[in-house]
Amino acid sequence: MSDEGMTGLSEVTAQEDLVVQVALRAGRIMIENGSEITRVEDTMTRIAKNAGVADSKLFVMITGIMMSITGKQNAQIEPVKKRTFDLEKISAVNDLSRQFAAHTIDLVTFESALIQLEKHPKYFPFWLQLIGAAMVSGPLELVFRQSLTNFPMSCVIGAAGWAAFYWLNRWVKVRFLSEFAAAILIGLLAIVAIRFNLGTSVDDIIIGGIMPLVPGVPITNSVRDTLAGNLVSGPARGVEALMSAAAIGFGIALVLRIM
Amino acid sequence: MQLIVMLVSTYIATVAFSILINIPRHALNLAGIVGTFGFFIYWLYMYFIGGYVIANLLGAVVIGIASMAAARYKKMPMILFNIPSIVPLVPGGQAYQMVKNFALGNTELGTKFMFEVIMIAGAIAFGFILAETVNRVSVRIPTKWAKRWLRENRRNPKL
Repeated sequence: MSDEGMTGLSEVTAQEDLVVQVALRAGRIMIENGSEITRVEDTMTRIAKNAGVADSKLFVMITGIMMSITGKQNAQIEPVKKRTFDLEKISAVNDLSRQFAAHTIDLVTFESALIQLEKHPKYFPFWLQLIGAAMVSGPLELVFRQSLTNFPMSCVIGAAGWAAFYWLNRWVKVRFLSEFAAAILIGLLAIVAIRFNLGTSVDDIIIGGIMPLVPGVPITNSVRDTLAGNLVSGPARGVEALMSAAAIGFGIALVLRIM
Repeated sequence: MQLIVMLVSTYIATVAFSILINIPRHALNLAGIVGTFGFFIYWLYMYFIGGYVIANLLGAVVIGIASMAAARYKKMPMILFNIPSIVPLVPGGQAYQMVKNFALGNTELGTKFMFEVIMIAGAIAFGFILAETVNRVSVRIPTKWAKRWLRENRRNPKL
């Protein structure tokens, strides 16, 4: 009799541990890839609720997450170490959470799907990213400056800047340094292009070329987080955006000053 | 003619930026449409009335509301449509002019462009705040009315 009670109790505890583990993993994936804090809190609470844990407590920050089940002894911590922008993963976690809410997958499948998501990320191929960078630079140069003569060089230099950023990001792992180096490359290439009469205005080419590096994700998230009342994580995102903008700005300023 | 070129370039640029931040394939087109729509509102205000601060504010409000509608339609996170759409409104040109003038020692001109950048960034942020308010209120009002109507008419026979 008492034996049965004991096994029942440990099963419940194991189930609750699994719930917290899955929720923490989902939350960490979302923050790592550039989600807002509110969305993470919402998703984690929903996962716990749909798994049968009605009341859970959360403390989500941009550098780590804590979660505990109300009335239980232990909380679990999950640090967030790296930070990239990959909205595909956020959308995938969102879809999985919706499927879990509709009971088409169970908790174990959910966790293995999350592990798969981390192991095999789905990126656009590199050549498509290069074309993407070119198609950000050229058209935005047209929108901002309306000069058709500088359009081709903008495309080429924007793609070159993105390629430099992409490769450096793999080696250096510090986003600001890669942005700084990419900005220097963009500035140098623009000046060289003018020397060889491939364009008419350094300004237009550089403005187009730096557009792929614009920190769109931190800007949007800092506004949304601050607005939702996350007065620590929102401004932290804002600092991230400012650092990126300053890195690009210093890179360009350095080139303009020297050449 | 110029407007068509601009709108097409905005669409291309928004979709291309979505590729760079790895947005799921079946959200790309809608993100481009939201971005183009926001820029169109910005352009309309700039062309007919003028004044870049209000124009950016209106553009950001429209992007915020439209991306919420897109998110509800596609059942996907709102930031998928939000982030690429503001890229055409980002004050890249002014920021570059600011950096250039500071680097070359033209502090006065640099300060002028710095104020423009700060004003535009503030306008976009405030536009998002307004859009968020509209999004929340537009959810609340129908449910509130529906609840009140249900409470007042609960003893009535069903319509």
